Amino acid sequence: MLRLIARRLALGVLVALTVMTLAFLLTRLSGDLAVSIAGPQATQADVEIVRKAYGLDRPLYVQFFAWTGRAMVGDFGQSYFFKDSVANLIQKRLPITITLGLVGLSLALIVSLPLGILAALRENTWIDRGVTLFTMVGQAVPSFWLALILMIVLGLQLGILPISGTGTWQHFVMPGIVLAFTAIPALTRLTRSGMIEAMASDYIRTARAKGLSRARIIFKHALRNAAIPVVSIAAVQLGFMLGGSIVIETVFALHGVGYLGWESIAKNDFPVVQAVVLVLAVFYIGLTLLADILNALLDPRLRTG
Amino acid sequence: MSAILEVQELQVTFGRTAAVRGASFRVEKGQTHCLVGESGCGKSVTALAVMNLLARGGQRSAKRMSFAGTDLTSLSDREMARLRGNRMAMIFQEPMTSLNPAFTIGSQMAEVLTRHKGGSRAAALERAAELMARVGITAPGMRLGQFPHQLSGGLRQRVMIAMALMCDPELLIADEPTTALDVTVQAQILRLLASLKREFGLSILLITHDLGIVARVADHVSVMYAGEVVERAPTAELFRAPQHPYTRGLLSCVPVPGRVQRDRPLGSIPGVVPAIGPGFAGCAFRSRCAHADETCTRAIPRRPAGEAHDYLCRLEPDWAELQPA
Repeated sequence: MLRLIARRLALGVLVALTVMTLAFLLTRLSGDLAVSIAGPQATQADVEIVRKAYGLDRPLYVQFFAWTGRAMVGDFGQSYFFKDSVANLIQKRLPITITLGLVGLSLALIVSLPLGILAALRENTWIDRGVTLFTMVGQAVPSFWLALILMIVLGLQLGILPISGTGTWQHFVMPGIVLAFTAIPALTRLTRSGMIEAMASDYIRTARAKGLSRARIIFKHALRNAAIPVVSIAAVQLGFMLGGSIVIETVFALHGVGYLGWESIAKNDFPVVQAVVLVLAVFYIGLTLLADILNALLDPRLRTG
Repeated sequence: MSAILEVQELQVTFGRTAAVRGASFRVEKGQTHCLVGESGCGKSVTALAVMNLLARGGQRSAKRMSFAGTDLTSLSDREMARLRGNRMAMIFQEPMTSLNPAFTIGSQMAEVLTRHKGGSRAAALERAAELMARVGITAPGMRLGQFPHQLSGGLRQRVMIAMALMCDPELLIADEPTTALDVTVQAQILRLLASLKREFGLSILLITHDLGIVARVADHVSVMYAGEVVERAPTAELFRAPQHPYTRGLLSCVPVPGRVQRDRPLGSIPGVVPAIGPGFAGCAFRSRCAHADETCTRAIPRRPAGEAHDYLCRLEPDWAELQPA
C-alpha cells in the first residue's frame, strides 16, 4: 500500500514537472510576449523597455529556471494586469472553484448513484430505458444552454435562486447543478453497467445462497465492487470540474480560478496563465492519486500492486 | 427412512426453452444423493431451482417440492432467504469467483451466522475459525483476515464449505464442487464431504458429471437427461444393473474395474443433449439411442426395476444389449 502510494506520488511529480515545462513553453509560443504586453499602440522603444523590465531579454532557459525555481516555493511572480501577486490571486479565487467543484460532484453522485443502481436492478424495463434516455439527453445538452435555462426559470420566473455572484450558498446551487450535469451521464452509465455486472456475478449468487437480505446483497456485496470504476471516474470528473468550469464561472459571474485563467489569457497576463495551469494540473494529479488510494481501499487486489 | 428433500415433477423454463421437464427425486436424511448427467442436462438448474436461485428469466413450478416437511413452492422470497444458508446451504463449481473479492474471508463467513442466528460478530468469527480448522484449513486465525485472491482454489472451496456449515444446515447442495480443482485436491474435498456427512448428520445433494465420484460417495443416484430423471437407483444397484440406455451408455464411457475388457474400446454416446422446445413428446434420448423405434415418440412409462430403482424407457427391465453385428 505504501509502496503503491510512493510510486504514484513519484509519477505525479514527474507529470507536474512536464506540465510546468509545457505551460512555460506554450505561453512563449503564442508570440512575442513583450509585444503583446506593451499593447498595439506601443512603439518599438516601448516594447524594448517592456522586454527589459519583465526580464524577457534573457535566454529562454534562464527565464524557465528562474520561474520554476520560484514556483517551487510558491512564488509565481506579479500579475501584469491585477496589481497583486499571482499567489494571492489564486489563493483568493481557489475557494470559489473548489466549493463549486465539490457542490457539483456531490450533486452528481447524489443523482447518478441511485439512478444507476435503479436502472441496473430494473434492466431492460421502461425505468432502465428512461434512465438511459436521460443520460443521453444530459450528455447532449451544452452547459451554457442549461445554465441560461436555469437562470430564466429558477432565477427570473420563479425567483428562488440568485442568478449571479458568490455572496451566499444559494449562489452555488445553480452553477452546481449545471456542473453536475457534465458528470451525471458518465457516472450514471458507469454505475449501471458496474451493478449489472456485479449482480450477475458468482459472488452475488453466493450471497443469495447465504440467505442475505436483498438490501445487503445490493448495497454491500454488489455496490462495493461496482463502485470501483465509479470512484476513478468521479475523481477525474472533479478534476475536469475544477479546471473546466470556465464557462460556468463566466456565465454565473463566479470569480473562480477558471474565470481567472480565462481573464488572464485574454489579457496576456502570462504569469497568471502559467500558475493557473500548474495549480489545476496539481489538483488533477492529486485527485488521480486520491482515486488510486480509494480504489486500493475498495479493492484489496490492488493493494499489493 | 424419511426424506429431507422431496422433488416431484419439477419444471424449469427459460423463455421457450424447457431446462427441467418433470424431474422427480428424493434425498433421504443423512444420505448423499447424486444427480448425474452430461453438460446441459439440467442438473445445476435443478439445484438452483430447489434453492430458488435461478437466474433472471428462469421460471420454476413443481407438483411438490418439500424440504423437511416445508413446502418450498409456497414460501415467499423472504421466507426462502431465511432457509438459505441457514437450514439448506449450497456450494458451487467455481471456487475462484464464488467469494466476493472485496471482503475478507472472516467477514463473509461471519455474516452468515449473524444474519440467521444473530449474536456478535466476534462469536461468529470464532465459529468461522473453528469450522475452517474442521475443513482442514491451517492457521484459520490468519485466513480470517485474508482476501479471496490470497487463497488457492482448493482453499477457497474449503472456505465455501466451511461457510456453508456456519449455521449447521440439514441439507448441503454441492454443484460440481470439485470440477474446477486438480485431482489430488478433488479427492481431499470428497473425503471431507463424506466425513462431514457422518459428523454433522448432513444430507447432501451432489451434482456431478463424474461417475467415479458417484461410485465413491453416493448412496443413491438420479441420472438426468435433457431435463428429466431417466433412472433412479441405489448406487450399487445402478452400477450393477443399469436399465436406461443412457445410463448404460454413460457407464460404457468410463473404465470400471471388472467391467472393461482389455481389447474392447471404451464406449461413447454420439451427439449432444438436444435443446427441448415446447410441445416435445416422447423420449428425449431417442435421437442418440441405438434402440429407438417409433414407439419412442409417444409417452414413455416409468418402469420399476427393483427396490427404489426405476427408469424411463419403453424397454423391459434387464433387456439384452443388441450384439453388434
